[in-house]
Amino acid sequence: MGSSNSTLSKIPNLGRLIEETGFTPAHIKRLYKRFQALDKGNKGYLSPQDFGSVKELATNPIGDRIIGAFFSQGQETVDFHSFVRILAHFRPLDKNRAKRPDSPEPINSRISKLRFAFQLYDQDNDGKISRDELLQVLRTMLEMQVTEEQLESIADRTIQEADLDGDNAISFDEFRKSLEKVNIEHKMSSRFLH
Amino acid sequence: MSCWTRRGLLLALALGLALLVPMALSLGAAEKTRRSVGNGHGTGVTLRPDDSHGDGHGVNKTKKIFPVLTFDFAHVKIPFEISLWVLLASLMKLGFHLIPRLSSIVPESCLLIVVGLLVGGLMKLVGAAPPELQSDVFFLYLLPPIILDAGYFLPIRPFSENLGTILMFAVVGTLWNSFFIGGLLYAVCQIEGTDLKSIGLLPCFLFGSVISAVDPVAVLAVFEEIHINELLHILVFGESLLNDAVTVVLYHLFEEYSGLGMVTFLDVFLGVICFLVVSLGGVLVGAFYGLLAAFTSRFASHTRVIEPLFVFVYSYMSYLSAEVFHLSGIMALIACGAVMRPYVEANISHKSHTTTKYFLKMWSSVSETLIFIFLGVSTVAGLHSWNWTFVTVTIILCLVARVLGVMGLTFVINKFRIVKLTNKDQFIIAYGGLRGAIAFSLGYLLHPEEFPMRNMFLTTIITVVFFTVFVQGMTIRPLVDLLAVKKKQETKRSINEEIHTQFLDHLLTGIEDICGHYGHHHWKDKLNRFNKKYVKKCLIAGERSKEPQLIAFYHKMEMKQAIELVESGGGVKLPSAVPSTVSMQNIQPKKSNSERALPQISKSREEEIRKILRSNLQKTRQRLRSYNRHTLVGEPDEDGWNDLLLKRQKIMDMDKQISRMSNYLTVPAPPPESPTLSRSRLASDPQHYVPKPTLGNVPIIKVDLASPQSPEYVSVVDEFQKEAVPLKEEDEDAGGLTMKVPLGDPKKEEQEQQDGGKEQQRLMRCLSDPGPGGAEEEDEPFLP
Repeated sequence: MGSSNSTLSKIPNLGRLIEETGFTPAHIKRLYKRFQALDKGNKGYLSPQDFGSVKELATNPIGDRIIGAFFSQGQETVDFHSFVRILAHFRPLDKNRAKRPDSPEPINSRISKLRFAFQLYDQDNDGKISRDELLQVLRTMLEMQVTEEQLESIADRTIQEADLDGDNAISFDEFRKSLEKVNIEHKMSSRFLH
Repeated sequence: MSCWTRRGLLLALALGLALLVPMALSLGAAEKTRRSVGNGHGTGVTLRPDDSHGDGHGVNKTKKIFPVLTFDFAHVKIPFEISLWVLLASLMKLGFHLIPRLSSIVPESCLLIVVGLLVGGLMKLVGAAPPELQSDVFFLYLLPPIILDAGYFLPIRPFSENLGTILMFAVVGTLWNSFFIGGLLYAVCQIEGTDLKSIGLLPCFLFGSVISAVDPVAVLAVFEEIHINELLHILVFGESLLNDAVTVVLYHLFEEYSGLGMVTFLDVFLGVICFLVVSLGGVLVGAFYGLLAAFTSRFASHTRVIEPLFVFVYSYMSYLSAEVFHLSGIMALIACGAVMRPYVEANISHKSHTTTKYFLKMWSSVSETLIFIFLGVSTVAGLHSWNWTFVTVTIILCLVARVLGVMGLTFVINKFRIVKLTNKDQFIIAYGGLRGAIAFSLGYLLHPEEFPMRNMFLTTIITVVFFTVFVQGMTIRPLVDLLAVKKKQETKRSINEEIHTQFLDHLLTGIEDICGHYGHHHWKDKLNRFNKKYVKKCLIAGERSKEPQLIAFYHKMEMKQAIELVESGGGVKLPSAVPSTVSMQNIQPKKSNSERALPQISKSREEEIRKILRSNLQKTRQRLRSYNRHTLVGEPDEDGWNDLLLKRQKIMDMDKQISRMSNYLTVPAPPPESPTLSRSRLASDPQHYVPKPTLGNVPIIKVDLASPQSPEYVSVVDEFQKEAVPLKEEDEDAGGLTMKVPLGDPKKEEQEQQDGGKEQQRLMRCLSDPGPGGAEEEDEPFLP
């Protein structure tokens, strides 16, 4: 592909990307290579079919949700920037990063990670995970092995445990609270993006 | 009687027992000498006819008066002594907890060593020789229960997530420690002035390898009391378990060649190979036995009583088999326990599971206590040769080596970890490197002929063990508080956490696939799939093999909560007017809305009523059942899980048919079905049966058990009784279980549905105390 400089120079707005996501240039290069590998027709953007070529995603219960997360509302294509921005959620936290008070929340902070996960549950984007959405998730995760009644009772129990304001749905705050003991920094970080 | 008198009595008993032990031993010894003097040929009956020394065993059969009462201690000597020791250990454990202030300052292990010292001292005073901790007793009988307990309950998730770190500490850390200590000790020994010139390089290395291993028993004993956070606990503990392989290899390597004084490069290379063989071989042996145990437990459903035995025997066999080949027995035991656990738990009954858990805990607790007491006794018993230089240098080197090793390794490890280890963590890991009885036993195994300095080694080992256990053990707790290290979180996992964790696992696996990275999640996912597809089918009996982990978790959780509910006093009569019900949902610290809670209340209350009633009714049942050693009184739920799930399916289909058939179902009209079917439907799985949305006009029966007539019955409050009546018809979820009401069938209590008034009366009659006659009908378990 030529020297590293030429690869990196193909990427527009590199500086801003690094600033936003916190990846190093080496990372960005690796991700670009991957992007190009996925981008079968060399179109410069990714479409859902390109993601479909990753065969392990087909067996993943929430595979289509993950793919859907890359495409923001209504769009059919993902360019490299959005690709990297989504993946930046899974970068491990850097503990030593100085917190500037006026800078926006870094993409890989705990809150952003949780928000990303929340959006995967909340498909209709109304800010809450309703009982039906929860049921859908449970259904896909548990596949065909359980009956509807079991699913419903689990869903009811889950909502009832987490729901603090009694609206029969889980809002983002309740979601966050129910996961406060889980080590999200560890669970939602990938070593590849380290 | 004040608690002081009670404590005093107990302590007096303990002391009395402590005195009894040396007495018994001295008596045994005296008897032995008497017999040997008497016979001239040692103990036992001799068959030689010309035994002129024999007194009472010999040929001269003069007629004696028939002895009404004899004293023959010899033939029960060994079991008697063992039991006395075990009893002493247990009483000591009891005793410590009577003095709460003491046990909060001093860790139990220290107290036990002190007790051992006292008992040993007493025995020496009395004249009996105090026993030393024999190595084979230690390795074959005392150590396995502790390791099995640790391995069976090893938290797999944090262990596997931190496996790389643990292995680094265990392997590289132990190697570093051994060579550092061994080498520097040799250098010190060469210095003029100490008379340690005779110790060669290899014996020094051997000593280094023995002393450098972190001991799982000591770590468990101390760390258990300080409740440190899971990560640190698993790091130190995992290290102490996995360094066994390294220790075994180093020990044998140096022991072999110590006499010859030279180790070639080939030997070192073979040593590395040996290490791989020992560790992997141990793990494989353990896994093999674990799979065997899982497979056996699949067929054990008819002999529930011996199920725990399989767990114990297979694990012990794996340990012994590994020891046959000098593989790492500890790793075999850990592998066996960890591999068999998920399958065995899915197969065995709830009671067996509890039995296994408690037996393991009991044995490991007794073992641990005995080990520490014997350490104390052996200190008194052993021949010692104290050398100031050697001992102090060793202690200092141990500390220094540990600190340097941990710091250096953490520096390297942190480059690869996602969640880095902080300085506080490093300090705790370094400080938690306690030595214990394994080091002592390994030292004890040395042959005095090959190692003339064996006694000095033993003395030093004991001193280091004492130092680490007393000084480090006592100070670690205040240090943990001082440094504000994160403690263990006590709360249980909620179902939210479980669901979201699984969701996040899938998410991360997907992201890794998108990145094209075969990371931790990828392999874990592959392993899970393989497990689900092939392994579970083989090893888990029946329906449970298809049960996903989430469901199993949910079952467990609901069951636990129901039991807690009953135990917390939901079992007896409650005042009927109190609005706070015993419903499971309401136990949780939040108010539930009446409209929303309606569908949930029915399931949970059904479950709770079932449990409550069962606990009351079983009392009558159990009196009548005949005693049979080979079966347990049928516990309704765990034996019937599979059948329940199957039946539920049938019931569901039946219900669908019935609701389709009849628009209007009145209670007095018996629906067209057999009694068994209705009974089985009544007994359907409470947690998962959601009342079907039947059509509006179904009059449903509410069980209001607030009946003053039958004091035995629990009154479960139903505050919705009043408001619910107008709502019911519209609320589709409130369609209850349809039922038949043949009079006198006591199983109707389980029904729980909302109702009109007069049905209640009929039900009250049903619910009246069945008495002995009624209980006899219940030949099958409560839930079929």
